[in-house]
Amino acid sequence: MSYPANFKYTKDHEWLKITGSSGVIGITDHAQHQLGDVVFVELPEVGRKFDKGDVYGVVESVKAVVDCYMPVSGTIVKVNSALESQADLINSDPHGDGWMIEVDLADLSETQDLMDSAAYEKYLADNAD
Amino acid sequence: MKQITQFPGTSGLILEEPLIFEKSVKGRMACSIPRNDVPEIDTSKLAAQGYFRSSIEGLPEVSEVDVVRHFLRLSTWNYSLDHGLYPLGSCTMKYNPKINEVAAAIPGFAQLHPKTPEAFSQSALRIMYELQNDLAEIAGLDAVSLQPSAGAQGELTGMLMIKAYHLSRNEPHRNLVLIPDSAHGTNPASSVVAGLRTQTLPSGEDGCLNPEALRPYLNQNLAGIMVTNPSTLGLFEKNFVEFSCRIHDAGGLVYMDGANLNAMMGVVKPGDLGVDVMHINLHKTFSTPHGGGGPGSGPVAVTRALEPFLPVPRIVFRDGRYGLEWNHPQSIGKIHCFYGNFGIMLRAFTYIRSMGPDGIREACENAVLNANYIKEKLKTHFHIAHDRLCKHECVFDDKYQQEFGISTLDIAKRLMDYGFHPPTIYFPLIVKGALMIEPTETESKETLDQFIEAMIRIAEECKNEPELVKHAPVRAKRRRLDETLAARKPILKWSPGIYPE
Amino acid sequence: MRYIPHTSDNRKEMLAAIGLTGVNELFADIPQRYILDKPLRIEPAMSEPDLMRFLTALSNQNADVGRTVGFMGGGAYSHFIPSVVPSLMSRSEFVTAYTPYQPEISQGTLQAIFEYQTMMTQMTGLPISNASLYDGAMAAAESALLALRVSQKSRIAVSRAVNPGYRATIETYCRNQNIEIIEIPTGTDGGTQLDVCRGLIADGVGCIVIQSPNYFGVIEDQTGFAAQNTGSSCQLVTIVTEALSLGILKSPGECGADIACGEAQSFGLPVSFGGPYLGFLTCKEKYVRQAPGRLVGMTRDSEGRLGFVNTLSTREQHIRREKATSNICTNQALCAVTASVYLATMGPEGLRQTAELNLKKAHYLRSQLSQITGYRLPLSGPIFNEFVLQVPGTVHQFQNFMTAHGVFPGIDLSQDYPEFGTALLVCATEVNTREQLDRYVALAQTYSKEALS
Repeated sequence: MSYPANFKYTKDHEWLKITGSSGVIGITDHAQHQLGDVVFVELPEVGRKFDKGDVYGVVESVKAVVDCYMPVSGTIVKVNSALESQADLINSDPHGDGWMIEVDLADLSETQDLMDSAAYEKYLADNAD
Repeated sequence: MKQITQFPGTSGLILEEPLIFEKSVKGRMACSIPRNDVPEIDTSKLAAQGYFRSSIEGLPEVSEVDVVRHFLRLSTWNYSLDHGLYPLGSCTMKYNPKINEVAAAIPGFAQLHPKTPEAFSQSALRIMYELQNDLAEIAGLDAVSLQPSAGAQGELTGMLMIKAYHLSRNEPHRNLVLIPDSAHGTNPASSVVAGLRTQTLPSGEDGCLNPEALRPYLNQNLAGIMVTNPSTLGLFEKNFVEFSCRIHDAGGLVYMDGANLNAMMGVVKPGDLGVDVMHINLHKTFSTPHGGGGPGSGPVAVTRALEPFLPVPRIVFRDGRYGLEWNHPQSIGKIHCFYGNFGIMLRAFTYIRSMGPDGIREACENAVLNANYIKEKLKTHFHIAHDRLCKHECVFDDKYQQEFGISTLDIAKRLMDYGFHPPTIYFPLIVKGALMIEPTETESKETLDQFIEAMIRIAEECKNEPELVKHAPVRAKRRRLDETLAARKPILKWSPGIYPE
Repeated sequence: MRYIPHTSDNRKEMLAAIGLTGVNELFADIPQRYILDKPLRIEPAMSEPDLMRFLTALSNQNADVGRTVGFMGGGAYSHFIPSVVPSLMSRSEFVTAYTPYQPEISQGTLQAIFEYQTMMTQMTGLPISNASLYDGAMAAAESALLALRVSQKSRIAVSRAVNPGYRATIETYCRNQNIEIIEIPTGTDGGTQLDVCRGLIADGVGCIVIQSPNYFGVIEDQTGFAAQNTGSSCQLVTIVTEALSLGILKSPGECGADIACGEAQSFGLPVSFGGPYLGFLTCKEKYVRQAPGRLVGMTRDSEGRLGFVNTLSTREQHIRREKATSNICTNQALCAVTASVYLATMGPEGLRQTAELNLKKAHYLRSQLSQITGYRLPLSGPIFNEFVLQVPGTVHQFQNFMTAHGVFPGIDLSQDYPEFGTALLVCATEVNTREQLDRYVALAQTYSKEALS
């Protein structure tokens, strides 16, 4: 699986796709692979504000639970309600149909310390078990 | 080595059986109701006020023969300790003596109501009192409460007592509990239920807790440390006494998770190592049966300093009588409606009386011998992170087998086909692909050798016939079950026509 | 020792295989000054025949259960247990099996618990049941915590008529999580005061906790409480300590409860001096991910056959750790399987008829006693199989007199409920014969004459 070049990535394996002043956020292929079959996704309410680093949601597989952290600060404008009945979208299409939330970005400069796809792939290789 | 060709896991005739609800036929009955011998009463007012239910929708109507065949068939689908070895690390699956069951069924105990006036329940109270003393002696501590219903509830009780202790000394800010990353999940969970905060400590390269790791937390916020000894790696915590001292010097208390007491009883006393409070699992160390998940019993043992905080009622012996004592104003209160799982206490009492002091020590020694024997025999076939003297359990992993695409899970499933329950898998979390083996002292050398042979065969299969391992088990009542489906679309009760896709 | 197979030859051979010569070398990793050099100071080992003789003699010092008659309830109930129950439950495959973490070889326990979960939803009228909790008291505490997770509040209101042991346990669990507990008073009929609840709900409590039948034996007006609660986030938690009452009384679910919990000891478990018992918890479908305890679910295996597994485990301590819905691990599994066997044996008809017998026996005893001078029934509310009885003289005098004649007349209420004065909680079940009930009445008559003279 390749990592889209136009995404930004965090050390906790979230991705961020920026379009103007809004962004779509999900978890990466590496994360879904570590988790195994996703069975349940906890998403926030539309309208909630989060700071960079806050937990915005939870992804559960049969044997594990991970918190999802905001790569940037923002207000939730949309959540992917398809995940309610099709949690497996995160497994089958983590960078596409498995998106989790869409946010209005509070501060674009916060994206500066995020990784690009090459840096993220190197990060994965360096930290491989 | 003797060539063992006959393994227990051969196939046989195991009967299928539907859900009891699917066998229901209207009008069938399995019970016998006594005749009413008192006058009828007028229930029309209660009925008019809507107090009565019209039916119990869905409850099955079956004959007595149906009940017997149904549950008997179900029982035959279980592997159990009476069938064979359960090398489950951290669970201490030792033989469950049958005399324990007979004792628990004696009518004078089984039919004794908990609110029977004390003068008429002296024997039950005596059993509890003597068991308290025995556990205190084994633990090397001063006082015991038998009230907690399981280890986790014992942990909660212990942590509540630590919290109460600090509160009594006007130190409410002492609310941080240090817990190693190798700890059982109940440790942090219990601390949080007790209203405390937790801090995870990393285990060292040698698998043991390094006293230096404590340093940043030895301040006025420290409530204490919660540690398992031997650790969940089956290794004696060699720095235990040192970090106990450091915790005490910093004003904290030491809680010991007693799940691994089978590796110490009669040989070392936790109280001598600096433990202030610990829980004991009667359903592990003291032979009471697991029952498919419970009931257990998790007594706590404490030092004199923590005694005032024990749950009430206390079981005491005063003026030649056993009794319940409620007047303990600093007690953390109650955690059970009555006194705890008395039937389990009675089984443990019977076990301790059967073993005596020599038996207790011998059990511990043989448990440690058996684990080290297995470790020695398997370490060339399975990778072991810490190859040194272990206590009652040892932890391997699937590092060698991963080379062939086989994981710990696959190995566990294949072991079933050989007629053994798998060891504990994927715990402790600090060992990737952990395979934790605890044979206990009640297994013979022949059984151990058979288990070792089976494991070696599986290691060979991983190399030469990996597909066999990957698709195991083939002989169990059911093959691998779809846990993803069960979690994505939970069906948690039977409804007519509702089945998984 | 018969549970430890190794002979000294076995030990020698095995030590040699490890490269050791003595058993003491197995403990070389422990600082030697901590190795005990004396045996433990516990009683020496007893042979099996000696131990059986000892235990039997000991048990005979307890109330002679064959000859004394008990009328005690208060959260533990003496019922008839059909012989199929102990017969099936003595099977090793159920008793000595481990927790079903390896479902392929645990289908027996898993299906039996799935059936237990189903039957509990049928009994309580709520669609989700867990696989058991420790006892009714702990189930009540866990239910209050669940209610607060769901309602996102931090205050609970608990009726004074909830079993005192349960209230104490709820207090222990809640006190340490900064949860405020408000007590709801009861009225002259012995029921919890409905109008007080209205005010508490409006004031934003997270849950109302009542027990029905309550500790005084009085059946609460659950529908009335549920009606107060429509449209609020407050949860109605109904505790049932006498599960057999569900054989005849309207289920908590039908009455509008959000969570029904309590004690299922009456479903085939002996009173056994207080435990092991069977805590149960049932709730609405949408609370399932917040619910505590294990859950067994239905699924299929790789060959498409129906099977069962532990599921939704991410709620539990071994995965969620400090964020788990509860710290429970070991539960009361064998007791839950016992309840399945009992309920399958009794069926709806058997439960209803047995519950009716309880109702009739208790009503008969109550009405006979109320006619004797000196005895009063302070509460007017409807009862199932327990009632409050005020006696002449002191409670101690009454109890001493009755026990001297082989009758345990009930549970002393004067400590927990001084407002009743000299009163006991009296219970009559289907095991109490007409002869036993009449004997109670006759003795009470004699006592009354002596006490009042």
